[in-house]
Amino acid sequence: MGTIYILWLRQLKRYMRSHSRIIGSLGQPLLFLLALGYGFGPIFQKAGQGNYLEFLAPGVIAMTILFTSIFSGIEIIWDRQFGFLKETLVAPASRLDIMIGRTLGGATVATIQGIIVLLISIVAGFRPTNYVLLPVAILIMALIALLFTALGTAIASLLEDMQGFQMIMNFLVMPLFFLSGALFPLQGLPEAIILFSSLNPLSYGVDGLRGALIGQIYFGFGIDFLVLAGVSALFLAVGSYLFSKIQV
Amino acid sequence: MFMSVILEEAGSHRNNRLDSENNISIKVEKLTKKFGDFTAVDSISFSVKKGETFAFLGPNGAGKTTTIKMLTTLLKPTSGVMLVNGYDPVQNQDAVRRSFGIVFQDESLDEELTAYENMEFHGVLYKVPKELLPKKIEELLKFVELWDRKNDFVKHFSGGMKRRLEIARGLLHHPEVLFLDEPTLGLDPQTRNHIWGYLRELNRTEGITVFFTTHYMEEAERVADCIAIIDRGTIVAEGSPGELMKQTNTNSLEDAFLSLTGRRIREEEIGSIEQMRNIRKLWRR
Ligand SMILES: Nc1ncnc2c1ncn2[C@@H]1O[C@H](COP(=O)(O)OP(=O)(O)OP(=O)(O)O)[C@@H](O)[C@H]1O
Ligand SMILES: [Mg+2]
Repeated sequence: MGTIYILWLRQLKRYMRSHSRIIGSLGQPLLFLLALGYGFGPIFQKAGQGNYLEFLAPGVIAMTILFTSIFSGIEIIWDRQFGFLKETLVAPASRLDIMIGRTLGGATVATIQGIIVLLISIVAGFRPTNYVLLPVAILIMALIALLFTALGTAIASLLEDMQGFQMIMNFLVMPLFFLSGALFPLQGLPEAIILFSSLNPLSYGVDGLRGALIGQIYFGFGIDFLVLAGVSALFLAVGSYLFSKIQV
Repeated sequence: MFMSVILEEAGSHRNNRLDSENNISIKVEKLTKKFGDFTAVDSISFSVKKGETFAFLGPNGAGKTTTIKMLTTLLKPTSGVMLVNGYDPVQNQDAVRRSFGIVFQDESLDEELTAYENMEFHGVLYKVPKELLPKKIEELLKFVELWDRKNDFVKHFSGGMKRRLEIARGLLHHPEVLFLDEPTLGLDPQTRNHIWGYLRELNRTEGITVFFTTHYMEEAERVADCIAIIDRGTIVAEGSPGELMKQTNTNSLEDAFLSLTGRRIREEEIGSIEQMRNIRKLWRR
């Protein structure tokens, strides 16, 4: 218990202290909201799809959480390079607890970022249709965060240095983002894209968020929760296993 | 002084040991580590008595760090037997981990946390009782003269201050053995003396076994009760500084080393490592 708490606390402290990181990581969603939201708004409207900003905001929130989470998990590589990882690995504490504490910390940070982007979207003109479902939205954010922090941890346990990071961004994280329905509706797209999207856990996060925030849902809450929770559990298990095997 | 608190719960995990030889702290037999085809540590054997200050002296790449990593559960050996404080680092990881403190060759502090927070993190991870923790942290930070800097971020510390903090941290859970991997590398002579001052005091007053590695001849000669000279993965000689000189018929450790290994521990290598460290430091900013 103490182990989980202190690792969670460390992630939070590091986050709160890196002001430049907070501001930097909020700039991108803001740009997406304003540039895409207002830029594509008229076309989206003409195509009969309604207000694009309403559609886009949940997607951008999911994007923020995705990037922050993967990054939190990947931070293990930093710890490895800066030596701090050895300090945790040599301690008489269970590696499962260490991994869970870290992951919960990273997930908490990513959820906070998601909530901040939600607030920014509201300032930019986004209006959730149903404020009663806000707790559901936050719960879905937390699940997305947990899922991808665990994935980041699992990947980072396999990498020795930051060299593989760019590849992971290009071949894993960006495709996950673009093919999740975050930017455009999935209905009516080619089969192959739909297939990939339905294998992409982020699609269920985006769908659930959209359901909770603007009442548009494709898979349904039940399936969204089931997939998010199931895949999170799977990634946590795989991440813990890989983390427990790290030698330095 | 600071150990007064700590001694109260010492002895709690001193039972159920495997060894009958009570005065042995570390015992290693035919320990080998291969990385692929390359043998980094080649069937070494040695033992360290309780309360002893034991030095591993050897040039770059000799296998010093690899040996420490195996003793401290960070690496699995390819073959061989180890016993640290009576426990096997392969079978009984947690018991071993509780029983030693370690200062790694490379920095291992969280620079984004304060000195105090780094200590606190360690204390919680090692399950130091909550009521005792603040008092112990205070005593240890005072011991290494960092108490007035306790709330400063570690990233603002000098190399010597970081080393002292790492030593204090390694002592927080009252280890029976303290492993120090090149504890004074890259520090100026004054700071080195300072650090050895603390370590000697600990060794004398608390009987902590000190196992350290070094490049510095005079350091090994001055502080170690026993020295093992390691070169290319094998121990080429072992004994007190006096014994080593006698064995080789030389009158300085430097010459003994030369006669045993056929070469010197070159000073310029140390210089280049320091350079690399400095570059890394700059790069990290
Ligand atoms: N993970 C690894 N994979 C492959 N080779 C390794 C690994 N770790 C160490 N080695 C090699 O094993 C040898 C011994 O390394 P080690 O770090 O133990 O030396 P050392 O005595 O601590 O040297 P130094 O004084 O430079 O710290 C070196 O040749 C090193 O390159
Ligand atoms: Mg070394």
